[in-house]
Amino acid sequence: MPEITTDDDGEGLGDGIQIDMISAERMQDMRTMEKIRLILDGVHDGNIVILEEGLEPEEESKLIEVTMSEINPDGFTGIEIETYPGGDGGDSGFLGRLMGKDEPNKLTVIGPANRIETLHKDETLISTLITRT
Amino acid sequence: MQSDSDFESKSGPREDEMGLLTELKSSISRATSSLFAGSEPKRIGIYGPPNAGKTTLANRIARDWTGDAIGPESHVPHETRRARRKENVEIKRNGKSVTIDVVDTPGVTTKVDYKEFLEHDIEKDDAVRRSREATEGVAEAMHWLREDVDGVIYVLDATEDPFTQVNTMLIGIIESQDLPVLIFANKIDLEEASVQRISNAFPQHETVPLSALEGDNMDEVYDKIAEYFG
Repeated sequence: MPEITTDDDGEGLGDGIQIDMISAERMQDMRTMEKIRLILDGVHDGNIVILEEGLEPEEESKLIEVTMSEINPDGFTGIEIETYPGGDGGDSGFLGRLMGKDEPNKLTVIGPANRIETLHKDETLISTLITRT
Repeated sequence: MQSDSDFESKSGPREDEMGLLTELKSSISRATSSLFAGSEPKRIGIYGPPNAGKTTLANRIARDWTGDAIGPESHVPHETRRARRKENVEIKRNGKSVTIDVVDTPGVTTKVDYKEFLEHDIEKDDAVRRSREATEGVAEAMHWLREDVDGVIYVLDATEDPFTQVNTMLIGIIESQDLPVLIFANKIDLEEASVQRISNAFPQHETVPLSALEGDNMDEVYDKIAEYFG
């Protein structure tokens, strides 16, 4: 499987912002730390990472832990992460689904904390503002 | 060179017997200790986002039942940058007593920027040190949650929107660990507090309103702690 790369090593992109949309298929055989590295390496490069299928709770816990260990006062300030549950029309209700667990296929958006700001979130829409550093 | 199968055939039964003996001794020890010394105190982690009032609550519980505080309270985010434990807090309810270890944890977040501390009139060097300690504290809190707590009190500021990603993730992580959890809607002494908003956000868990600062509704708080973690 090819690595995710920036064609010109991040140079010459001008005002562009790279968005990596990672399929569930690409993630399915990865171990927890491989997933976390894939995400954080992209975020460190200033990219927005979109996961077709979100992380498991245990993986989210590790993601927070590893993110904290990589925060640097002179550069990386952490991540912004947003998820909404899959619209399976289940009977748990919107609020239950929003705050609940065991929601498969939850699309997840992750970006550098200093570049991504959530404007609005509900069960069908995540609206974010992405800025250049 | 000894093969794996040789090793199993020679040492397997003895290991099994030893394992059974160890298990039996351990069971007897557990039964004896529960008969004569009561069960081990459960470690109850106080979790939540920064500035929800976790340390104020931990101090309220510790002062009410032991006379001592756990740590300093502050309006500056990330004042608690290390998990702090108060052991053997004995809570008496309805003629019974429940003994817990209270673990006050740093507020969980996915980002820490030292510049936020500068807004609280903190010098840059101190702000950088605080942010570094805060990141270590959050990582430590996550580790405690995965490995070292038996139950969780999740504290939320009832004046704030509970629908945040950190709350969603933390509750999901707690549920995935099958830990008993109580949601505490703190700061009900403030006019803009909405307990209902928190109840609606977490319908799968019991929400208890309180003001840790003013000591409002602490009787129900202790009833629920005894009921859930006793």
